[in-house]
This record gives sequence, structure tokens and C-alpha cells, in this order.
Amino acid sequence: MSEEIIIAGFGGQGVLSMGKILAYSGIMQDQEVSWMPSYGPEMRGGTANVTVILSDERISSPYLKVYDTAIILNQQSMDKFENTVKPDGILLYDPNGITHHPTRKDIKIYQIEGAKLAAEMDNKKIFNMIVLGAFLKIKPIVKLENVIKGLKKSLSERYHHLIPLNKEAIDTGMKHLKKFNIEKHIIHN
Amino acid sequence: MDILEIIKPENQVFCKTKLMTDATLSYCPGCGHGTAHNLTMEVIDEMGIVEDTIGVAPVGCSVLSYDFMDIDMTQAAHGRAPAVATGIARTWPEKYVFTYQGDGDLAAIGTAETIHACNRGENIVIIFINNGIYGMTGGQMAPTTLEGMRTSTSPYGREIENMGSPLKITELIANLPGVYYVTRQSVHTHKHVRKAKKAIRTAFENTRLKKGLSFVEIVSNCNSGWKMTPNESNIWMEEHMFPYFPLGDIKVDGKLK
Amino acid sequence: MAELKLMKGNEALAEAAIRAGVDAYFGYPITPQSEVIEYLMAERPEKRTGMVVLQAESEVAAINMVYGAASTGKKVMTSSSSPGISLKQEGISYMAGAELPAVIVNVVRGGPGLGTIQPSQADYFQSVKGGGHGDYKLYVLAPASVQEMSDFVADAFDIAFKYRTPVLILSDGLIGQMMEKVVLRDQVERITDEDLIKTHGSWATTGKTNRNRNIVTSLDLQSEKMEARVHRLQKKYKQMELEDLRYEKIDCDDAEYLIVAYGSSARISQKAVEIARKKGIKVGLLRPLTLFPFPKKQLFELADQVKGILSVELNSGQMVEDVQLSVEHKVPVEHFGRTGGIIHTPEEVLDALEQKIITHGHFRNHKTRESSIL
Repeated sequence: MSEEIIIAGFGGQGVLSMGKILAYSGIMQDQEVSWMPSYGPEMRGGTANVTVILSDERISSPYLKVYDTAIILNQQSMDKFENTVKPDGILLYDPNGITHHPTRKDIKIYQIEGAKLAAEMDNKKIFNMIVLGAFLKIKPIVKLENVIKGLKKSLSERYHHLIPLNKEAIDTGMKHLKKFNIEKHIIHN
Repeated sequence: MDILEIIKPENQVFCKTKLMTDATLSYCPGCGHGTAHNLTMEVIDEMGIVEDTIGVAPVGCSVLSYDFMDIDMTQAAHGRAPAVATGIARTWPEKYVFTYQGDGDLAAIGTAETIHACNRGENIVIIFINNGIYGMTGGQMAPTTLEGMRTSTSPYGREIENMGSPLKITELIANLPGVYYVTRQSVHTHKHVRKAKKAIRTAFENTRLKKGLSFVEIVSNCNSGWKMTPNESNIWMEEHMFPYFPLGDIKVDGKLK
Repeated sequence: MAELKLMKGNEALAEAAIRAGVDAYFGYPITPQSEVIEYLMAERPEKRTGMVVLQAESEVAAINMVYGAASTGKKVMTSSSSPGISLKQEGISYMAGAELPAVIVNVVRGGPGLGTIQPSQADYFQSVKGGGHGDYKLYVLAPASVQEMSDFVADAFDIAFKYRTPVLILSDGLIGQMMEKVVLRDQVERITDEDLIKTHGSWATTGKTNRNRNIVTSLDLQSEKMEARVHRLQKKYKQMELEDLRYEKIDCDDAEYLIVAYGSSARISQKAVEIARKKGIKVGLLRPLTLFPFPKKQLFELADQVKGILSVELNSGQMVEDVQLSVEHKVPVEHFGRTGGIIHTPEEVLDALEQKIITHGHFRNHKTRESSIL
């Protein structure tokens, strides 16, 4: 198994940490992982993206041109990464702030209203975990128990009390995932 | 009296400084470096700290000071001696580490290293020989060259509006909290030599007590660079250098005088 | 017991430094390597092992602090990125001349000048051809993974002390910033002052005891002595070539075409090899782990087997010159690389191989022969 993922959005949306949690979860199930961020000024408020690879074998390039999955969280990233999804690959996005929705017919497109759901849950910080939950609903590449283990590893102990909240966010994401039909602009639950 | 009787230990009134090697000094006759070397070595010998002393040589006339000082020494790149000394002192906190630097080395190219080592209060001794000129490279203008003084790069005399004023780096670093002891001395008369030695001793004692940085400036001559005889240069130094670089303690026990 | 962690390359290197029993680190922040000093400051290594960590006022000061500590036999290192490494060249040249052991890490970014903070391999020439003034070389290790960022620290110190020479770890922004799984080595005790004096007492300036004084200097005003010093250095470099060359061959056994790449480019090229082989193109990868010494003989031999070689580097063509020198015109050698902080994709590497070597290789080879006859 090998899964090549790009996660892209604004700095501050938890893009990098979502990637980190995925990578940690991969380690928990004995996989090879790589996490390659964009860095520099982007990290301080602009756009941020991270390439995450989980694989059963040694990972060659941590830097890619095309991906199995793109998780897209703002319009700039949609413009940049829609065309990098491999045919039959997956594009998951949050429609919040998106004016030009994806148009490709050769990939599977999903929506998760992460920002809206996070606001409803009154906690902006769990936004990325809602999105992660939606992704794991589409592709359960890591087991939920390994995500929890990964969270424990990546969070310092003083934040461990937040793990149940993170789990709830993942569940929320899983529940609210929607398939997006580009032709009819119909959203299926 | 037979010569063998004269050289008996009980008749000895003077001997070569124990920690100076037998190498012939490469300095010009009348230069203050030899005396400053002697004093430093005498202090280290008298304190019995040679096994724990590491010297840092600069670039300049005293680049070869390690040929004359019979102690462990590291030769630093131009101006970097305070950083090199920091590296040693930080990894050997029980050792006595000193730099021996000229004015071009310490106050021009090495200004940043000097100020920051002083500001961190490194537990080292800096011995600063200020003769207002670049001696080794043939008498070019130094940061401490006096106004109007002719050098090969200020052939019509130092012009303040073009070349800036002579830098009083010693007064500058005395204001830094990390600096514990600052003094300005000279070595051109017996009286001054005795005072200078006392100052160097105080500096090394401060290292022993881990007081932070001690800075001993020695205003010296450069008869070759100044184009004077040794005696003329000493007189010129008293008349011109000392008014601008007055001798005496500037900071003692961490307090400005 | 070996410990498994998910870490950035820069962090893994910093942790490895503590575990390798390093005595001191002197540094100055610069993107994309600041995590090294940030990690060290946060870890309080002075409490873990007694290791000294100090933020210097400049890269120049930092390398000279390294020079000072190294002259006393301490295990000491610094790290920076390209513009900072340029500033350190003075100190590196002095250390090579004074024969001091130390480790310098360059997490390369794009240049020249202030350039870009994005990954690059544009400092190859500076790293392997000397860098500073004078007749010297550095032993240069090129990590291609977070694991190697960790492992190469102790390896670099082994070489530094074996030859009493500065060693460079030539990384880049990609390897420094990415996170991967890393197995950390066990903690090595720092050498005691007593043992250090016993081991390095013949040269280190630790204070003159009942021996002749030790002097650390790169200065020899007598030309004959200076020439002897230069010869002594060159002898070390020859010995490194014989004893300490490191490289990795990937899919080379049946290869008809060869990619040569190090560091991040090697990782990207390996993916290009995977894609090529799926398409039925037999491509191999030679990855130098040391850039000096360089796998000259291995390339010379592979040139008998392959039809062409592509040197893939994140620069405008630097290592390609060494590849060309190694294969002595036996086969066409071309360069491919992006610059300015842009990272080439595996697909771009494969396209370049197909266009520069596979398609045009035969034609160009033919032309070269003709022109050589003329």
C-alpha cells in the first residue's frame, strides 16, 4: 500500500499538523512515512501545504508532482492542486470560501464543510481533525486507534485531555462527508 | 672572580622570563610587544597556572607571539580571537584563556567579536596593544590612528571628516555589564611596566574568581611605523597618544571609575 | 535501546549531536536550518550531557568559536545555510590549514546572494572544491534522508578525528525541513577532560603540562614548511579516497542508462527510476554518499555498461563536471536540474533523461565523434 497526499490551505488552518498526525498514525501501524512541508514566509499566514506519503515500502521521493489524494482548504490551493490529482484519485475540499468549484470528471470529488462544523462545535482548532475524519471515511488508510495513538505521540502530555475532543471531531467529519457531482452540482450525503 | 662563581644562583639578580622561549623576538628594537609578552608570561608563571593557560594569538605583528610565549597557544584568524577564546573558555571553564591583540585586529576587523565577547562577559582576559597603526603590513591607518597622523593609507594625515575619529574601543566596552575590569596602561618606563604587570595580574586573578571579562589596554609605540627612533616614539606617545588615550583604570570590580 | 521517532531532518541532526557526545555547538539562525539551534536550545543539552550550546553574534563568530574549541580537542560543530556558510569559509579554511577536527552542516538554500530560502544544491562547487581560500578539501557527506541526517553526525566526527580535518554535512532545505521516521542512536558519553588530554595531548592546546608546548596555527612563513603542510593535507585526501568513499547503487545491475544524484535529488531521481522501470526503461541510480571523495572509479566502470548518464542536481550543472571527469568521455553525460528553489519532480527528471540521453544520446554521440575527427 502506498498513499501520496497533498494537504493545502491557509497557514493557521492546521494543514501541517493534520499531515503530521497522519504521518504519526502511519508509524503506529509500522509504515514508512514522509512529511514534506512548504516552508518559509508561507508558514506565517499565507498559504501552506504539506506532502504526506504513507507506504509499506521505502519511500523514494518525498516531493511529488501528482497525488493520490488532494485535501484542499482554500481557493488558491484549489487553483494550484486540482490538476495534480491522479486519474481516479480523490479530491476532498471544504467549500467555505471556494468560488470556483472543481471541474474534473476523471477523479472522485468530495466535500466536507469543516469550517462550518468547527464553528458549530465552537472550536476552530478542531477544523483540521474534522477534515481528517472526512478523508478517513473515504480512504481508511489508517485505523482510528492508530490516529489516537499518533495524537498521543505528537501532542505533548498537557494537551492529552483534548484527545476525546479530537476523536469527536474525526467522527463529525466522517458523518458529514458528502460526494460532489460536478455535472449537476448536486451534493450526495 | 671566576665566571662560574658569578653565575651561581645566589648571585643571580636577573634571569630571562621562564615562560619566554629562546627564540629571538621578531619585533623592532624599542617596540613594546616584547615587554608586554614578558609581563604576561611572568604573571602566568608567578600564578603557577601554566598548565591551565591557553593563549590566543592574533593577526598582526604579534601573530608569532606563540613562537615566544612558552605556553599552549592557538592562532586565530584576523580579529576573531575573542570568538576563538569564547570557544575555548566555554568548553574548558576551569582554564585561563587570554587573547593578545593589536588595534587593527581588535578594534577594526574584530569589532563585532570584541564587543560580543565583552557583552557576554566571557571569563577571559583580553590584552590589547594599541599603537595607533598597522605595524606588520607596513604602517597603514588603524582605527586608533590619531587625527592628523600620517600613515601609508593616510599620507596627508588622518582626516576626521573622511576617515572618522580614532576609536576609543576601551571606553566603549567598559560600558558593557559583562565586562568586570578595564584598564589602560603602558610599558615604556619602569614605573609603567610595574603598573602594567599589576594590571595583568589583576586580570588573571579575575579569571580565577570567574568574574567575567578583564580588558587590559597597553598603549604602545611603533617606532618603525611612526618613522621615529625608539626614544622619539616614546616621547611622541606621551605627548600625543596619552592625551587621547589617558592611562589609568576605567572600570574596577565591575564599576566604572 | 534504539528509539523510533518522527522528526524533521534538522531536528534529527540536532538530537544526533547530543547523542553523539558532542561537546559544543556554536550557531547563528538562518532559514532553512534554524531548527537545529532551536531544538538544541529547547533540549537543554547542558543538563542532558553537559554539551555547550551558544548562539553567536554571527556565522563568522560561530565558526571561530568552533575553531577555538576544536583546537583544544573538543568535539564541536556548527550549522548554517548557504549565505552563512559563505561567511564561515574563512574559519573553515583556517581549520583545514591548522588540521582541526570539526563538523560543519550546510542546509543549502538557493543562491547566489540572499537568493531564496527554498531548497537547492547550488553549493556543490563551494563544498567539494575547497570553498575558502587555499589548497584544501573537505570530506563531504550528503544525507538523503532524515535517518542519514541523524546517522551522519557521528560518522562525520569519526572522519574528523581520524584525519584531524573539518567535515561538511551537505544537506538542503528539503532534507532539513521534511519529517520521516528515524531510529536514533544510543547516547554516547562525552569524553572526559582527562581522556581528552590523553588522546589528543600530542597536538591539542589544553594547557602546557610536562611536555613541549602545543601550538595550533595555519601559518608557516617558511615556504618549505608550508609546502610540507600542504603535502600532508593532500596525503589525507588521497587516503580518504582509498578508505572512506561511500556511495549507493540502486538498480544498476542491468541498467542501460544511469542517473547520478545526491541528497534530495537522489530521492526524487529514485522515484524517476521506479516510473521509468514501469515503462520498461532500464535506468539505474548511483548515489554518492560522499561528494568528496567522489565515486570516480565506480562511474568509470559503469560507463562501460550504460549508454548515457544524467547528472541530476538542484543547480545549473556542478556535479556534472565531476561525472564527466570520471567517465572520461566514454559515454554522453548531461545535466538536468531546476534552480531558484524550485524542486524538480520525478516526472521532469524522467523527461530529461528521455530527451537528453535516450533520444538524443546516440545522435549526439555520433556528432561528437565526427567533430573530434575534424
